[in-house]
Amino acid sequence: MSAKNVLSLLSLSKRFGTTLANDQVTLDLKRGEILALLGENGAGKTTLMNMLFGHYLPDEGSILISNAEDKMVPLTPGHPQAALAAGIGMVHQHFTLAENLTALENITLGSEPLWALGTNKVKVREKIEKIIKRSGLKVDLNVAVGRLSVGEKQRVEILKALYRDAKILVLDEPTAVLTPQEADLLFKNIQAMTLDGLSVIFISHKLREVLEFSHRIVVLRNGKKVGEILTCDADEKIIANMMVGEDAKVLKRTKLKVGQPLLSLSAITLKGNSLRNSLSDISLIVHEHEVLGVAGVSGNGQSVLAELISGLSFPNLGEIKIGSNRIDKPSPMAMISAGIGRIPEDRHRDGIVGSMTVAENAILESLNDPRVQRFGFLRQEAMTDYAEKLCEAYDVRGPGVRFPARLLSGGNIQKLILARVFEKLPSLILANQPTRGLDLGAASDVERRLLDARNRGAGVILISEDLDELLRLSDRIMVMYSGELKEVSSRNREEIGMLMAGKNK
Amino acid sequence: MIRIEARNSPPMLLKVGVPIFAAFVSLLLAAIPLAFAGANIGTAFVEMVRGVFGSVFAFSEMLTRATPLIFTGLAAAVAFRARLWNIGAEGQLYLGAMAAVAVGTGVLDVSGIILIPVIIIIGCFAGAFGMAVPVILKTRFGADEVVTTLLLNFIVLILVQMMLEGPLKDPMGLGWPQSSPILDQGMLPVLLDRMRVHSGLIIGLILALVLQLLITRSVWGFKLRAVGENIAASRHAGIRINRSLLSVAVCSGGLAGLAGVSEVIGLKGYLTADISPGFGYTGIVVAMLAGLSPVGVVVAALFIASVFVGADSMSRAMGVSSYLADLVVSMSLLCVLIGGFFAHYRVAWVSAPAKIKK
Repeated sequence: MSAKNVLSLLSLSKRFGTTLANDQVTLDLKRGEILALLGENGAGKTTLMNMLFGHYLPDEGSILISNAEDKMVPLTPGHPQAALAAGIGMVHQHFTLAENLTALENITLGSEPLWALGTNKVKVREKIEKIIKRSGLKVDLNVAVGRLSVGEKQRVEILKALYRDAKILVLDEPTAVLTPQEADLLFKNIQAMTLDGLSVIFISHKLREVLEFSHRIVVLRNGKKVGEILTCDADEKIIANMMVGEDAKVLKRTKLKVGQPLLSLSAITLKGNSLRNSLSDISLIVHEHEVLGVAGVSGNGQSVLAELISGLSFPNLGEIKIGSNRIDKPSPMAMISAGIGRIPEDRHRDGIVGSMTVAENAILESLNDPRVQRFGFLRQEAMTDYAEKLCEAYDVRGPGVRFPARLLSGGNIQKLILARVFEKLPSLILANQPTRGLDLGAASDVERRLLDARNRGAGVILISEDLDELLRLSDRIMVMYSGELKEVSSRNREEIGMLMAGKNK
Repeated sequence: MIRIEARNSPPMLLKVGVPIFAAFVSLLLAAIPLAFAGANIGTAFVEMVRGVFGSVFAFSEMLTRATPLIFTGLAAAVAFRARLWNIGAEGQLYLGAMAAVAVGTGVLDVSGIILIPVIIIIGCFAGAFGMAVPVILKTRFGADEVVTTLLLNFIVLILVQMMLEGPLKDPMGLGWPQSSPILDQGMLPVLLDRMRVHSGLIIGLILALVLQLLITRSVWGFKLRAVGENIAASRHAGIRINRSLLSVAVCSGGLAGLAGVSEVIGLKGYLTADISPGFGYTGIVVAMLAGLSPVGVVVAALFIASVFVGADSMSRAMGVSSYLADLVVSMSLLCVLIGGFFAHYRVAWVSAPAKIKK
């Protein structure tokens, strides 16, 4: 590997109000190198990349980038155009593609005129096809992007960057939405591209892929660079300790004998408006003392399964039984009173009412509870006391229970929802992506509470895209693909991954 | 460079201060059209103030004007809190007024202690019905309530005209399109001798307090706010959305109907097709100016009524068009909307970044 630097970030700092999002971060990137940027949520990874790309102005520090003559020159800060021109390409976690345009049009969007008369379409296509051939990023260029799969969309994003002759590619959590196989393929492609001199920075939460595919790892914590290590010298434990700053606690799931069935879905078919929102003939049973993990790439029917168990959707066919009672008219209220605690996937949308206070959100599902309500009026003090106790017990940190819930951070919002749900001692917990977007500390706290509930006798349905999390927590694993649910007996990543991709061996 | 940042939670001072400041600014801005009209601005403002505070009569006229605005303002505030856009208070007002005339002109000849409550309740029902229909259309078929309530206003107005030419027409009315008069015992008592201000105002004030309590303290109000702020989370938490919206609709429509009742049995004594100069629409401005707070509605209604009455009196004294009042009311709404932006966001000037040295 050539040792020449292509990029240097020199003690960059960025302050938002009173928080120091980045504190004197210095970073070098060499030609052909794959650098993994790791850190908990809020550690400052995205801020750092946004400064590199010109979205944010650094308060201090500067960025040097190699020019055509291989000299390091300063990059004008705060100008995305300058960053683009200097050869920095960024692929955001949330794609920025025009769904109704073809892959080709998306790739050239912004760099070539769309409707110019007599465009050199042939030349453009040749250039893209050459890039595809070298990188292995296969995409059908003539198809509207809206019809591509998530993995293909991501390839279009990367091609877009490469088409602009990016020398440095920044990927923000590139594998969050991919199956394990797709993720591996992506990294193989990236490795191929680095042989051509491309340098890559990728942000990730997944230690496994970081260890497998990067050359060097940089860890951020609280806005500071706290560690830098060559990947060949690193292992999971070292990195986890760097990220958290202490020994990460390892969760222990003890074997338990399962009890009575709590929830059974038998032969449920639900026809939604699209395949993403449909269930076809699924059955599952969850028992006491059991975590049932539901694996799958998002958009294969998990959300509608969660809606079904939350009481928000009605099956066309099939039967829902809670304990031995048939639920004929599912509704959120019916599910809550049947003892199902629900942790929604989109906690901002379905979990809290952001503009209402933390205390009000704490009782959102307990409006009929005589502890907080009398004669149709809320008992303000009892409500505040209840919320304060809850926040203390579940370590919800924030400005206080009388302030709007939207002021809480993502992790604390999730803790508030957990508090609300667990406080009612539900017999069954539906946890849909409960740790998504949470930092390591908050995530392991959520996982611990779910296991605690299982140990106390509750059943848990855990829907997650994080296979490692599923393997850690689940007693049984089912895989969801295209509205169908299949039990897997094996705990092999490869095998589960194949099922997630719809390949049935 | 200008940067706009969201404030964490707007301080109380801003929440209350912004509408008051906006009201003042709108009055100051009124100087511009006044100047164009060639009036002496100083005298004009003095005339306006005198038109409201100059005498007991002037003040009582302002209170009379504020009464229907309190009802329609409350109607809008309650609905808007639940993000239910009731633009139809004008029509619901007429429905209430029509119901009042239907029962109050002789069909039911009983003593006032019974008659007045009956008229009020039936008027409320009529208004509530006028809002329940669009909301049922909304929850069943997804019909946008902005469109349906707005268009229903015109339908109701034409219905009123038809009724005033037909069944409700006063046989003694010399052919005028107006209803028979309300029975004497069916009229609300006036508050001051030889003044027009009537006890509808007291009903409005009490309702504002009750609503304030209901919205901030009751489970019903909690659900209404939750549905308004985040319908998805409310549904997820087991709140019955349709039921909640329907109850809000009934409440809002009933209040608007009450505005019509109060005008008929408090002020006019009979129904004509021009009983409301747009009280239903002005109620929306009142509610916005009040930040959708029921107690705030009272203050805002008093302000808007003052502007109307003051501008009326000024235009008479100075020969300036009284449309100026509409202008001030509209500007106050704009000012509040702009002010609301500043209450929720902080605008900061950011100095240009230091150039990097070579």
